[in-house]
Amino acid sequence: MLDVLFFASLREQLGTDREELALPDGVSDVDGLARHLAARGGEPWRALLDPERVLVAVDQTIVDRRHALEGNEEVAFFPPVTGG
Amino acid sequence: MTISVQHEDFDVGEQYRALESEASNAGAIVTFTGLVREFYDDTGRDEPAVQSLTLEHYPGMTEKALQKIAVQAEERWPLQACRIIHRVGELHGGERIVFVGTASAHRAAAFEAACFMMDYLKTQAPFWKKQQRGKHTEWVESHDTDHEAVRRWSLATLKR
Repeated sequence: MLDVLFFASLREQLGTDREELALPDGVSDVDGLARHLAARGGEPWRALLDPERVLVAVDQTIVDRRHALEGNEEVAFFPPVTGG
Repeated sequence: MTISVQHEDFDVGEQYRALESEASNAGAIVTFTGLVREFYDDTGRDEPAVQSLTLEHYPGMTEKALQKIAVQAEERWPLQACRIIHRVGELHGGERIVFVGTASAHRAAAFEAACFMMDYLKTQAPFWKKQQRGKHTEWVESHDTDHEAVRRWSLATLKR
């Protein structure tokens, strides 16, 4: 199963912080997962499609949208960071 | 190297002494402390000052990201010790939020490594600030200037 996490403003917009799901059919990378979630969830979820405003980490390392998924990863979506 | 993500405050003097005792023969110790500012809106709108900040993080990844930044600094400069502390939770104006400390034989390495760690921390470590202003809360937006600050370190690599 994929363990999908959402943080900060994105977590609030989507109204959820975590979801477990099996790798959907036809999804093989981060971009595919974002498209799947956007198509399934409708409007607020379309935010996931913008790589400028939503970063992705797989197994706690920031990756680009072409990063491949096997189906057993921790995938986190979050806005650009603002620490320090 | 010491990394800590914590709710509680830290003592800068204690951190300094820890760097001193970890570094066997340091000629320079640099410490940086970041504080919460009661900043005003810079768009010109007349709004109340920020009363508090709440820092969210990604437990597990945040610690790993800070560790990675410290390792990169140690690979790039001859450091004898380095420490990063970042606080999370609710913080008020004037409170300490972040600490970076480095020890090296010479000051240039200690200064540059501390600056590098702060620049990377601001763009790579998963922390998010939410500010309370009057009755409103809002998420702080990331700044392009922070990304420019990181880019100068990769340009510096190319020149070496």
